[in-house]
Formats: sequence, C-alpha cells, structure tokens
Amino acid sequence: MSVRSRVPWMLALPAAAGLAFLVLPLAGLLVRTPWSTLPARLAEPRVLEALRLSLGTATLATAVCLLLGVPLAWVLARAEFPGRRLARALITVPLVLPPVVGGVALLLVLGRNGLIGRHLDAWFGLTFPFTTTGVVLAQIFVALPFLVISVEGALRASDPRYEEAAATLGASRWTVFRRVTLPLVAPGVLAGAVLCWSRALGEFGATITFAGNFPGRTQTMPLAVYLALETDPEAALVLSLVLLAVSLTVLVTLRDRWLP
Amino acid sequence: MRRSPGPRRLCALFLLLSAVLTGCSPGDEASETVTVFAAASLTETFTRLGGEFEDGNPGVEVRFNFGSSATLAQQLVQGAPADVFASASQATMRTATDASLAAGKPAVFARNRLEIAVPANGSSKVSGLADLADPDVKVALCAEQVPCGAAAAEALAAAGLDVTPVTLEQDVKATLTKLTLGEVDAALVYRTDIRAAGGRVRGIAFPEAGQAVNDYPIVALEKAPSPGAASEFVAFVLSQRARDVFTEAGFEAP
Repeated sequence: MSVRSRVPWMLALPAAAGLAFLVLPLAGLLVRTPWSTLPARLAEPRVLEALRLSLGTATLATAVCLLLGVPLAWVLARAEFPGRRLARALITVPLVLPPVVGGVALLLVLGRNGLIGRHLDAWFGLTFPFTTTGVVLAQIFVALPFLVISVEGALRASDPRYEEAAATLGASRWTVFRRVTLPLVAPGVLAGAVLCWSRALGEFGATITFAGNFPGRTQTMPLAVYLALETDPEAALVLSLVLLAVSLTVLVTLRDRWLP
Repeated sequence: MRRSPGPRRLCALFLLLSAVLTGCSPGDEASETVTVFAAASLTETFTRLGGEFEDGNPGVEVRFNFGSSATLAQQLVQGAPADVFASASQATMRTATDASLAAGKPAVFARNRLEIAVPANGSSKVSGLADLADPDVKVALCAEQVPCGAAAAEALAAAGLDVTPVTLEQDVKATLTKLTLGEVDAALVYRTDIRAAGGRVRGIAFPEAGQAVNDYPIVALEKAPSPGAASEFVAFVLSQRARDVFTEAGFEAP
C-alpha cells in the first residue's frame, strides 16, 4: 500500500493541472449560478420539456448504438476481411468532423432532398429533419464511434483462449459470443455506453443543423442553453447546471453500481 | 512491422505544421487592427466595406466577427475585445449600451425589412404571408431571441396569423440555409439576405413587413483597443459611399 500511495511528482503535477483545468470551468458555473431564483427557473415548463427530450433521445440513441455498435466492434476486432483497416479509420470520421458538418452531411443523405431521404419521402412519406427522430439520428451519428472504440478495445484486450475453449467444447460462434465474449467485455461495453450516452446528451451542432430547433420536439438542453445565452445568460447557467447535475448523477450511480 | 509513425516523425510533422501556421499569417504588416462585431445579415456588405476601408487606410486591418446580434452583445458584455459593434436591432444594441460598453450614442446606418423567401425554381406553393399558416407548408423562422425572429413575430402578429414553424433558428443565415438546402418550403428572412443568396431564392414582399422594420445601429466601443481606427470605421459606415453599398444590397436608408 505504501508503495502505491506515494505518487511521483512527475506524475502528480501534470495530473493535478489536468484535473484543475477540467474542474475550474465547472467551478465558474457554480459561482455564477443565480441560486436565489433557481427554484423558480427550474419549474419553468420549457426547462422540463427540454430535459425530458434530452434524456429520452440520448437514452434511445444509446440503445441503438448498442444494437449496432457492439456487432460492429466485434467484426472490427475479430473478423478478417479486406478493407478492415479502412473501416476502422472510417468509424472515427464523426469524431474528427465538426458536428455542424456532420449535421450538413446527414441532411445531404437523409434530408428531404438527400440521396436516401428523397426516396424515403416519396415512397413512405418519411422525413427526418425537424423531428425528434432526427435528433436521435444526429446523436447516434456523433456518439456511435465512442461505443465502437471502447468495445473494440475491450475485445482486443480480452483473452481469446476462453472463446477457443468454448468453441472446442462444441459451442456455436453465436453461443460463444453470447455466453463467453459478451460477459468478458461487459465492463468495456458499459464504459462505452456511458461515453456514448454522455456524448449524445451534450450533442449540439449536428442536432441544430439536422433537426433544427423547436421547443418540445427538437430543442434539447444544449440547444436551449445556447438560445438562452442570447438573451438571458442566467437562464443559460441554470439550464447548464441542470444538465450537468442530471448527467453526473446518472454517471456516478452507474459507476458505483456497475464499474469496478 | 511499424504500425504507426514513430514519435520522431510525429515531432517533425508537428514542427512543420507550426512553422507553416505561424510563418504565413498575413496580418504581420498591419500596424493597427479594427475588430468589428457585426450582425450576421451584414456579412456581405460589411465584408465589402471592410475591404474598401483597408484600401483607403493603409496599415489598418479590419477583422469581423459575424453572428446573431444577441450572441455578439452577450460576448461583448462578457468582455470580448472589440472596437465596433453593429447590430441588427435597437434591442440588442441596448444590451451593450446598458452595460456602458458604448463610446457615445449609437447611430442608425441602415434599415431592413423581412420578406418571404421561397425556392427560386417555383416549386413552392407559397405566394403570400397567409400561406405560411398552412400546416402542409414547412416554415423556418428565426428564434424570437434574435432580431430577425423578433421582427418575424411582430409581422405575423400584425397580420393576425398563427404560424407554427418547424424550426426556430439561431440566426438569419441559418434560417435561410434551411431553405437553400431544400428542407423547408419558406422562411422569413431579411430582404438583403435573399438578394445576397443570388438566384437560388426568390423573395416575396408583404405589407405587414412595414410594421417590423429593423434599425441597424453602430457604435464604437468604450474599451476599444484601437479607438482612432474604430471611430473612423464608424464614420465610414455612416458615409454616403457606404449608404450606396447598403442600398444596392437591399437595405433602406435610415
């Protein structure tokens, strides 16, 4: 224990600086929060509306990311196929792309005149821009890479001998995936899902570009914060604080319960 | 088996990048810089006037920060360094003057009115303001917090219309973009933005716009880093030459 508790200063100093850099803006938020008018502002229906929309869409986006992202991570980590390296590079595109550009790209594909959106509109009458579905799509686009990268990392770090043993005992590949691989990488999946959810919750650029901004339908908390900042910075602070408190509560609860 | 560039190569790349980025910044020559915070709807006219001002004042560089007037006003209140503020409404200018940021009284240099923007190809079924209330027509408006949204709300109220837009955008350019991308059937934006968009959009004038005309005030700022150049730029924006540029762009004289 005594060896572990002594942190070398060469690590402690940058670590403290890093932590301070991340926490100080948060402190700034707390100092400037109008605590006296807080309860009245929180009770405003538009705050609750935006919060409900944010939590709902981010959770739905995370569910879809899990359904698509875990298989994608497995394929990237375990399967051999031509173009795998390219595929691995491509999934990081949404991370590098400014979210607003991501939103424009989504419009060009799924918009009313987009490559695919045009046909969806003509054949099924389906349009995504300016709908809550559009918000979820934008969030999936920016958040999916976080899940895929964490799960893929977990898969690469896990010992393949357990899977091989299960296979030699007669388990099918699907059974191996379900009964051996998935439990092995569960912490990675959960960490990825948490990252994915947080990213979806904070999503702004792709959402306002692709889904627009309308209260109750597409105005999530980050959009409400941005517009509040235009006229009423105190309201923006309150909204930010609510978003922060809710996300921290969820993340800390999850961490205590599920993560080592 | 080398899978990623070694640290030495990365270092070299970094050094090269920083050399490129620092080596060729064009502003080194200018002895003075005027930073102008201007409403998004002034993007085209101010960019042009800025070029002319630089030509007429060698050694002075004009830098613009275009955005929604409300955002710019808040940035100024939070202490953003700027020399001049030109906003799209008296209300947003008041945010700056109330915070004692202005050096003097703001002067109105142009006025602007709203028009209905529709695609130029004639595909829209919108022919007047009343059509915007049709639930099948997708309409983009500016959020009421920003000047073009406030004007739109006034004009619609004057017409007695109840319009449910599909989106409330954060500035006038974003609102028009939703139309040029083909995602909405109509948008309420300034006449000048429709002109600036060239042939892609068509404007439909409507009488109620006359009840929601925006004044564009400009003022030099109290804490301007270049006060001399700041007041010169303000004077230039109020000059006859600038007025011609504004009129050509579709603004009205104050």
